[in-house]
Order: sequence, then C-alpha cells, then structure tokens
Amino acid sequence: MLKVAGLFTEYPNERGQIVRAAQDVTFEVPEGKLFTLLGPSGCGKTTTLRSIAGLERPRAGEISVGDRVVYSSTRNVFVAPNRRGFGMVFQSYAIWPHMNVFQNTAFPLQVGDRRFSAQEIRDKVLRVLRAVQLEELADREATKLSGGQQQRLALARALVMEPQLLLLDEPLSNLDAKLRERMRFELKRLQRELRITTVYVTHDQSEALALSHSIAVMNEGHIQQIGAPREIYERPRSQFVADFVGTTNFLDGSVLGRGAEPGHFRVRTEFGEVEVLSDDDLRGSDRVVLSVRPEDVELAETRPEGDNVWEARVDQKVFLGEFIDFQVKLGGRILLARSHPSLRTPVGDALYVKLHPEKCVALKAA
Amino acid sequence: MQAGNPAMNAAAPFALRRSFDWKWVVIGLCVVFTIYIAVVPLAFLLWQSFFTPQTASKAAEFTLGNYTSAYGSSETLRLFWNSVQFALGASLFAFVLGTALAWMNERTNTPFKTLFFALSIIPLIIPGILFTVAWILLGSPKIGIINLALQNWIGLEKPLFNVYSLWGMIWVDGLHYSPMAFLLMTAAFRAMDPALEESATMSGANIFQVAYRVTLKLTWPAILATLLMLFVRAIESFEVPALLGLPVGIHVFTSAIYQAVHRYPSQIGLASAYGMTLLLITTVGVYFVSRLSSRGSKYATMTGKGFRPRRIDLGPWRWFAAAIFIIYFLLIVVLPFAVLLWSSFQRFYSVPSWQALNNLTLDPYRFIFTYPNLARSVWNTLILSFGSATVIMLVTSVICWIVVKTKLPGRWLLDNFASLPMVFPGLVLGLSIMIFYLNFDIGIYGTIWIMFIAYITRFMPYGLRYNTTSMLQIHKELEESAAMSGASWGTTFRRVILPLLKPGLVAGWIYVMIVSIRELSSSILLYSPGTEVLSITIWELWENGQYVELSALGVLFILALFVLVMVAQWLGKKFGVKE
Ligand SMILES: Nc1ncnc2c1ncn2[C@@H]1O[C@H](COP(=O)(O)OP(=O)(O)O)[C@@H](O)[C@H]1O
Ligand SMILES: [Mg+2]
Repeated sequence: MLKVAGLFTEYPNERGQIVRAAQDVTFEVPEGKLFTLLGPSGCGKTTTLRSIAGLERPRAGEISVGDRVVYSSTRNVFVAPNRRGFGMVFQSYAIWPHMNVFQNTAFPLQVGDRRFSAQEIRDKVLRVLRAVQLEELADREATKLSGGQQQRLALARALVMEPQLLLLDEPLSNLDAKLRERMRFELKRLQRELRITTVYVTHDQSEALALSHSIAVMNEGHIQQIGAPREIYERPRSQFVADFVGTTNFLDGSVLGRGAEPGHFRVRTEFGEVEVLSDDDLRGSDRVVLSVRPEDVELAETRPEGDNVWEARVDQKVFLGEFIDFQVKLGGRILLARSHPSLRTPVGDALYVKLHPEKCVALKAA
Repeated sequence: MQAGNPAMNAAAPFALRRSFDWKWVVIGLCVVFTIYIAVVPLAFLLWQSFFTPQTASKAAEFTLGNYTSAYGSSETLRLFWNSVQFALGASLFAFVLGTALAWMNERTNTPFKTLFFALSIIPLIIPGILFTVAWILLGSPKIGIINLALQNWIGLEKPLFNVYSLWGMIWVDGLHYSPMAFLLMTAAFRAMDPALEESATMSGANIFQVAYRVTLKLTWPAILATLLMLFVRAIESFEVPALLGLPVGIHVFTSAIYQAVHRYPSQIGLASAYGMTLLLITTVGVYFVSRLSSRGSKYATMTGKGFRPRRIDLGPWRWFAAAIFIIYFLLIVVLPFAVLLWSSFQRFYSVPSWQALNNLTLDPYRFIFTYPNLARSVWNTLILSFGSATVIMLVTSVICWIVVKTKLPGRWLLDNFASLPMVFPGLVLGLSIMIFYLNFDIGIYGTIWIMFIAYITRFMPYGLRYNTTSMLQIHKELEESAAMSGASWGTTFRRVILPLLKPGLVAGWIYVMIVSIRELSSSILLYSPGTEVLSITIWELWENGQYVELSALGVLFILALFVLVMVAQWLGKKFGVKE
C-alpha cells in the first residue's frame, strides 16, 4: 500500500551545514497494517513521517500510496500536503484553540476538495467522535480538554476524512504513564477495527512492540532492521537494535566453528564455550558479540540438563514484585538475569546458569 | 553525495510549484508593496539631496551644493549643536523622571499605585501639539498662568519661567515623554529576577546599595537602550521645537526642515540635506537600540511570570514619594488639561481671575462645531487611521508569516525592509514622500492618498512588531495540521492563522489607529486644502492665534482619545490582548 523507496531528507542547520536526517529510508506497509518507526530521539523518525506527509520536501526518493505516486525525485512529482489526503496526529496534537471540539473535527470536511452538506458533515463528525468517545464533548471548547481527550480529538480529526493513510507522531508521549497504557489499547483496537494503514512513530520500544504489525528500527537517519515485533526482539541483527529494544547482556567472543544444527555456531567467551545462533554466515576466528536477554538467562540451584551450563555466584539481586533481577558473576563477567521471584538464592551463594543456544544471538562485532 | 537544496527542502509550505496558486499572488503583492513603501522614499530622498531643483526651464542637475551649503555655513553647526543639546536634555530629563517613577512603582510601597496606571496612557491621549500649547499657556512669560500667579502672589518682578527657551523646550518635551521612559524602565525592572536583589539585601546591602550595585548594574543594557530610544525620539520631535523654538530663533533640524520647505521659493534640496543628516543620526540610534535589546536578554534573568517582588518599605518616606508623584501628575495631566479647559470657556484668552470667571462662555465650542473644516478633518482623520491600521495589520500579518514561519531565503531582508521606516523622523518621511510624488506624478500629490501612504509607511513597523509577537506563539503544527486536513494556504491563513493571530492583530490595529489619529509631523508637509486632519486643524488654529477655539477643540480631542483608549483597553481584555 504505502511504499517508501530510497528516501533522503536533509536540513540545513544554523551554521549552513547539512543535517542528514533521513538516509536511504526504504520500506513498505501492506494495506491495513500498522507500521512503526522506532528509534532514539533525533534519529529521523519525525523527518521520515513528515516527508511522507509532504510537510518536508525530500532530496531524493519515491513515495507512493496504492498506485498514486505522491513524491518522486526522478519524475519530479511532489503532491502538496493538503492534496495527499492523509490523516495526521501531531506530537503536540495541534488542536486549534479557537475552535470547539466539533469545529476542530469538521474542519477537514469543510476545506477539502469534496463538498459535503451540513448534514453529512454533522453525521460524519458525530460518528467519528463516537468512535473516540468524545461525542458528549462536541460543544466543549478545545482548550478545556484534558490531555487524553486532546489526543482523541486529534485522532478524530485525522480520521474524519477517512484517509487512506494515517500518520501518528508520538501520539502518546504527552500523556502520563497510566493514561498512556490505556490509550495504547484503544489505539490498537481502533486501528484493528478500522483496518486503516498506519505509520506510527515512537521512541518507546514497549509501545512499538505492543502495537505494531511490523517495526523499523532507525538510528542516525538509517533504518537498521525491519521485522515483526517478535523478530526484532528475539533476532536483532545489530548491537544497536539489541540494545535499543529491550535490555540485553553483551558478551564478547570469537567463533570456533559450526554447531550441531544449521545456523548454530560454537563461540569461545571469557567463561567458556557457548553454542549460539546467528543469521550471518560466521567463519572461524570471527570476532562476535553475543546478545542474551535477561529473561533468557536461566538460573537454577541444581544443575540443569544439557549444554551451555556454567556455575556462577550471586553478586546482587533486586526484587521487583513480578520478577526478580539477579546480577550473577560468571567468570569475570557480570550477567543480568531475570527470574521468577520464587528463586531465593542468597547473595554470595553459587547457582547454575543455562543459556539456550536459540536465545544467544551472535552479532558480528563492529 | 550532492548537497541538498536548502531552499527547497526547508520550505515545505512552498512546495506547490506545479499548479498555479493564489498564495504566490498574495505573498508577492505584500512583498512588493512593503519594499516599495519602505525603500522608495529613502532612495529618493538620497537622490534628491544630490540634485538641483527641477524647474520648467531647467532639468535637475547633479550637485553637491546642497551639502556644501548645508555644511558650509556656521548656521548648520549651530543647528547641530542646538539639536543635540535639546535631544540630550529632553531625553535625560525624561529618563530620570521615568526611571524614578518606575522604580517607585515596581519596587517600593509608595501609595496611590493605581494612578501609575494612568501614566501608561497619557502619551496616547494628549497629543504633543496640545501638550505644548497647554504649556505655553502655563509658562509663557507674558500670559503664562504660573508666571502671572507667582508674580501676583509672591511679588516677583520678572517672570520666573520662560517656556520659549532651550530649557523650556527640554522641560516640555522631557515631561511629555517621561511616561515612555516609565514604561520602558518598568519592563526592564520586571524582566529582572527579584531574587537577585533579595540576595543582595540578605548580604547586608541597604536600599541604595541594592539599587546602585545590583538593580542598576543588571539593567544597564536596558537603560542604555531606553536612553538611546528617548534621544532618537527627541531629535525627531517637531511640535515642541516648532512652537517653542521658532518664535525665539532656536532652530533644530526638524524645525529647520519645516522652514526650508515653507520658505519662498522653497529649498527642497537644503531640506533634503538636513533630512539626510537627521536620518543618519536616527539610523545609528535605532541600530544600537536593536543591538542592545538583543544583547540585553543575556543580562536580565527572566523567570516565570507570576512572581511579585518584595516591596521595599519606604517607611514615612513613602508620603514624600507620594507627594513627588502627585506633583508630577499635576504637571503632566491636571494642569495642562485644566488650562485648556479654562481657556476653552473664554471669549478671548485671559488669565484666571474672578472677573474672567464671570465671562465664561460656550462660544469657542459653538465656533468649533460650526467650523467648516472640522467635519471634514474629523472625517479625514477617521478614514486615514482606520484605513492605515487595517492595511498595515493585514499586510504585516503576511510579511511576518513569511519571516517567522518559512525558510525562504532573504526573509530577514524583508523583515528589515518592513522595519526600515522606524528610522524615519515623521517630518523627514513627509519630506521624502512629498518629493517623490511631486516628481513622479501619478496623481496622488495633494490628495488624501499621499497621506495614506505616509501613514502606512510610518506605522508599518509597529504593526509588524505586534503581529510578530503573536505569530511567534503559534506552534507550526497548528498550521501543518490544517494542511494535512486538506486546507489550501489561503484557507489555512484565513481560518487558522488569522484567528490565532487575533490578540496581536487587535492590539496592533488599535495602537496604529490611535497613533495615526494624532499624527502631525508627516501630515504637515503633505496636506493641502481639503485634506486636513484634526492635528492639522489644531495647528492652523494656532497659526491664526485662535487660542480659545483651539482649546475647545483640544479638550474635545483629548476626551475622544480618552474614550477610544478606554474602549481599546476593554476590547483588549476581551480578546485576551497582552500589552
Ligand atoms: N527543521 C529542521 N531544521 C534543521 N534540522 C532539523 C529540523 N528538524 C529536524 N532536524 C534535525 O534532524 C534530525 C532528525 O530529527 P527528527 O526527525 O525530528 O528526529 P526524531 O523525530 O527521530 O526525534 C535531528 O538531528 C534534528 O536536529
Ligand atoms: Mg520526533
């Protein structure tokens, strides 16, 4: 549905240098899916989104929605933002303070090329306000809304013209933690019900994992990896992705040779030989970094079956209610492990660490 | 990799290039209009000052004669010296008065605080010409009430006070503009975090040590800027030098320009040379003011609004402070207005006495209401001020949108063009516009249109400033979300930008309206029979020696302006305008 290919967007900064905000950004979003751009602040997510919207003019690339090309540097096409017909929710919500809730929502229907009768506008506005549960507040001044209500109003305004594409720029980042979680579910429900193709921008990895069909992790203007949430989390393909999405342990090592199964390798680390998984074709003596999620570090007081098992010592532990975080000393290394709170090994005592080969992802060292 | 084209990249709102768009017409018109308005008179004045007058028999020729005759004579040196003395004196006097009042109001517990509020509107409601006339009636050696009263009561031989002198000019002009100093210094005091002063107090400093070593030192960029601004304002001043200086031969640049034009044959080249000199002085002044104000923010430590600094308790001295303030209030409002009121009820001007009290009459008012020029000049004044306020606010809203919201190359130049008229003394602006339309006869010389152009030029910078303040507060996403909703540029401007700009738009409109109503120094060179405005009518009454009639008109004028300012304040509150 949405196709972005080879997109470059750059800004001049105050000193006249060029800020390379989006570099060779390429991705596709199928009809009805929610696609997330995830990355740290300043990595170019907003720039990419605004380029899709037409609010920035890219230097090169092509953007099309369905059969319609809205931007192409080679064919010299640039459709103005107000002719693209995309819905957008801005980070600040951009609710017009001089209009009430109804007027804000009706605006897109009044200014577009298609003419609607007053009755049609009324019906459409009330329908979309009902969908975001703002129906009773239709006559309320826009300035007298709470944060969550403003967010829903911004969403209603973006949806009212039934856009082909919905663009959301950190729509939840201005809400407090509790509200953010609730709105996360509402957004997901709404998107799944309306089956509207959506590009979602966030720096919050849990938001991205919870909402998306597919995620693109960005860094310094480049897309690092695209994949389903589980894929991004379980099979990161670079240290940056592994580190940015979730917490992880990094262990240095060097490749010894192929493992028992295809895709498995044997790697030597400070504390011994580990069987690991890798998407890359690794060769002997390659330097690698292993990424192991804390919840994949299995701790036990009795020695578990199988390979990849070592003895370690509890260095510190933090009780967090639903789980307990252990820092265990393995060889010279501190490893973070997340366990069920029933494990009560005291600090200083020994226990066993097991790493499942499928959960140890080997990444080529930078 | 090739460098991105910054102009295209950044100017996303300008992305519509393929289809024809009215946006470009509107923007283009506004830009051309602004540049025309701002640059043409300046360029032409410069040109004119190097040429001999054009006559029927002889074309204009290049000459340095205007400058050599202007600078060759010792007359000019006197002129320069007089102007500087007058401007320095008036600005220092206004500054000292205004700063003392601002400090009293902001930082001490002087009583009668509410009266201070009145100070902010006085310069708006008492036009310079009326203030000057009133002070002539108070302080002239022959008919001045103060002088006569002192002679009668204390038995002074000679008049104590002669308003027709350099000191008199400094007194009247400085007094009239002290409220401006008060407002500027109040802003400076408010911009400073009172904690800085409080910590000095806690360190053991007394009131004067705090005032001198902390307050003054921290506000010095603001002080310098205020002084410069007052100086520029004083050197542009026309009413006081014309009414008080000319009769006794004390000439400054403005009055010399006026005389050069009104001499027969008029010496426009000479006037232009004087005008260029004056313009040079004001340009330097305005330049340094803007430099200072951008630097000043580094010193003043702004904190969030809402703090109220602790007031210094003056103890019993506060009654002394109050007395100073009341005397000041008498001098600047009560006495001038009272003397106009008194003389407006007389058949012939006479000093207050029991006998004169018996001769009270409404004749001057009758005269004024049947004065053939009155209705016309009121009408002209209203049309001009309404028209120029509206045009200025609409055009500058587009200009400041370009400057604030786009990345168009050269937009800073546009900003400077629109602010350029700030350096024009009213009289010099009138002069250059007069010369220009005399030479390029497009049929507006001698009509009301030429004054319309002068007003728009003169007050455009103020409109721009009000609009810019408001525009800066509009988040760019408010506009972008309209574009994403499918709105064209015109629709976005009309339905989103203009409504959100309303506070600045309304405040600026009112301000321009009020200052246009009292405009004199540009109009005086541009009006012709039939296009008089109110301030010109007052000027003519003065020239004819019709003092009582002038007083009646003055009283009505002040009352009307007062009502207008009150309505403006009320409107301002309603629209949430922050002054
Ligand atoms: N209008 C602009 N002018 C200049 N630089 C910009 C502009 N907008 C963004 N940038 C720069 O581009 C980079 C990417 O910004 P952005 O896309 O906003 O990041 P994100 O949304 O991922 O936080 C940053 O380095 C930012 O400073
Ligand atoms: Mg962003």
